[in-house]
Amino acid sequence: MLVQQLVNGLVVGSVYALFAVGYTLVFGVLDILNLAHAAIFMVAAFTTYALVSVGVPLWLAFIGGCALAGVVGIALDRVAFAPLRKRNAGTLIPLISSIGVSIIIGAIARGIWGIDEKHFPVALGDAPPIHLGGITVTAVELVTFGAAIALMLGLSYVLRATALGRNIRAVAEDRIAAVLLGVDLEKTIVMTFFIASALGGAAGILTGLQYNSVTVDMGAGIELKGLAVIILGGMGSITGAVVGGFILGAVETLSVAYISSNWRDAIAFGVMFLILVVRPRGLFGKRALRAA
Amino acid sequence: MTHGLELTGVTVRYGGVTAVREVSLTVEPGAVLGLIGPNGAGKTSLVNAVTGIVSIDAGSIALAGRRIDGIAPHRIARAGISRTYQNIRLFGALDVRTNVSAGAFTQRAVPSELALRALLARVDLADVDLEARALAISYGDQRRLEIARALAAEPRIILLDEPAAGMNPVETTRLTSTIRTIAASGIGILLIEHDMTLVRAACDAVVVLNFGEVIARGTPREIAADRHVIEAYLGTDEESA
Amino acid sequence: MISFFTSHSKLFDQLAINALLALSLSVCLQAGQLALAQAAFMGIAAYISAILATQAGLPLVPCIVLGALGSTLAAMLLALPVRGLRGVFLAIATIGFGEILRIVANNLHITGGGEGLSQIPADANTFAIYGALIVVGLGLFGLSKTKFALAIALTREDETAARGVGVDTAGVRFWTLALGGTIAGIAGVLYAHSNFFITPADFGFGRMEQILVACVIGGSTSAVGAVVGSIVLTLLPETIRFLADYREVTNGAILLAVVLFAPQGIAGLWQRERRK
Repeated sequence: MLVQQLVNGLVVGSVYALFAVGYTLVFGVLDILNLAHAAIFMVAAFTTYALVSVGVPLWLAFIGGCALAGVVGIALDRVAFAPLRKRNAGTLIPLISSIGVSIIIGAIARGIWGIDEKHFPVALGDAPPIHLGGITVTAVELVTFGAAIALMLGLSYVLRATALGRNIRAVAEDRIAAVLLGVDLEKTIVMTFFIASALGGAAGILTGLQYNSVTVDMGAGIELKGLAVIILGGMGSITGAVVGGFILGAVETLSVAYISSNWRDAIAFGVMFLILVVRPRGLFGKRALRAA
Repeated sequence: MTHGLELTGVTVRYGGVTAVREVSLTVEPGAVLGLIGPNGAGKTSLVNAVTGIVSIDAGSIALAGRRIDGIAPHRIARAGISRTYQNIRLFGALDVRTNVSAGAFTQRAVPSELALRALLARVDLADVDLEARALAISYGDQRRLEIARALAAEPRIILLDEPAAGMNPVETTRLTSTIRTIAASGIGILLIEHDMTLVRAACDAVVVLNFGEVIARGTPREIAADRHVIEAYLGTDEESA
Repeated sequence: MISFFTSHSKLFDQLAINALLALSLSVCLQAGQLALAQAAFMGIAAYISAILATQAGLPLVPCIVLGALGSTLAAMLLALPVRGLRGVFLAIATIGFGEILRIVANNLHITGGGEGLSQIPADANTFAIYGALIVVGLGLFGLSKTKFALAIALTREDETAARGVGVDTAGVRFWTLALGGTIAGIAGVLYAHSNFFITPADFGFGRMEQILVACVIGGSTSAVGAVVGSIVLTLLPETIRFLADYREVTNGAILLAVVLFAPQGIAGLWQRERRK
């Protein structure tokens, strides 16, 4: 029974991790908390739903949704963050900017798709659950977990083994030094947003598939939980986001099973608050707290 | 007992690093003590310890006989210690007038227009625009504004952290006379500097730090000839242009 | 003219309450604290007064006093554990605080769970609401003439330099957070007593976002800015009603425009014009 719960927790956690990775990537590179990330999460899910509805095969629609999310992320940067970079605007202003964009994205989505809940046409949901040595997983859960892991491994590869990845890490470490060493700052930032948003979008598509529900406010819950994950893992740390996501997924699932489901969300925020008070840099965060 | 600032055996540790190791020095009222040493020698850490930003792990810091180590920074300021910062810390968006008045925060009354002008005149800023935003005035003026702010508190001791950084020789000479004039009014000054011309001209005595320890003390002339000091700077002559 | 006010009195009540909320956040922002718990403080006071009014029949003024007392105490309690946090970390911690309280309210019997509390006596009329706004406004105006106001500005500009000139910045942060709690609490009680019923969702992150947006649009470092911003944010949906479906997009677009082109907010624009 415990193992079953842990498995469920891993599936839930893998999506949290995927979402949080996008969040923390932008923060690590730009010091910005992008509150439009959740809106992109939602838009990707809708896009995939729309594509599937007109007959596009799921795997292609998935890619399409992620790609669109990436493009929206780039647009977000160009419109809301790039003009502020030149102005050296601090932490508050870009945050507000991202809120503005998320309102716009939400409104556009509502305009196109309305406020009703959308469902994917029968596909993975109907496949019989798989039994592996006493544990039950559905096909959707397996696909979700697999896709999330694959994407995170892909990101790890990009960051470790490609020139782009090196540039991203350099800019995250020390922006001025990176520029002095010849890194094309704007291009690196644009690619960072593309990747981060594509991953966030993937999380949205997988969530939509998992619960077979796509609504305009599906991002509301994960937006704040994503914060809890990156605080737990450490702001700016990809490893932290992954580990934090899985830990949160596991803790939540276990608490729902053994305590009660009403307080599930409070766990995430309670942990988050505790970490901030006791060890603000989280598990893997490197940057010291920017006290005055 | 001295009426000035007295450091005895001060040690400051960050994590595994000992930034300052058993440093003792005294800044008498009306005197200018230079504090020099290569980068990373612990000078700013020492100043941060005096102003309470950083806590000390051993030793004591006293002002006019009263222990001030372990006290909150704002109380140390109230006790009569002011400072300027290596990287200028003005109240950027506020105007010149407010920046200077802010220095007098611990005083009972807000300085009058006349008093503000007088303070600014002491640092050679008599003609500055009081309404200008602090960050809008020239770099050299900003450094001097920081000193004016430090003076506004009517302190007993001022800690100047590299006030000549980025200044040209003409400005540095003016700064020398500003520093000597301030000292002549009875204030004790601890001057951290890399510019040896300024140190030679402005300081009565100099303490040399390297790797957190005092390696030499004396008059500027004496320490310029000191073997240990020359070695510490790797033999490079620190004459400024 | 009078009929205009009476037919729109609900809107004007809303306006004053939003202004109070924006002021409560502004006090913290002026000290450089991105403390986003005002919606939670509002909720604490709203629930305290709703419970007192429905269970003990307490009239409005004692409700305001006790509700604001509760929110102020909550703010003081919050100030302690977060005293070392700055910037986005403080923001997230305070958001978390708000979320925890919202979930608690969702689950307790005394707060009515997810359905909230209803049948709250509607004894907060327009006069009471504007009376409170005027009192708070006068109080803040008086505060602006004191040394504490200078301490707040210095703490915001550079905390280290502020301590260097003798400002007790820790004290500034504590008392501005507490004051924010008080003002948000007053707004919360007035909200409860003019809306018949309250639910935990009324005091969540959505509300907090609105308050933050109002402050930023108006100008985050002044009380006047907070009021201006809340006026714009409250009246704008009404004035652009004709845009119907495009209302939300316009809201977001205006927010973006202000952030990009008028970072000092609308009040800041006006000040810039004045200086010319």
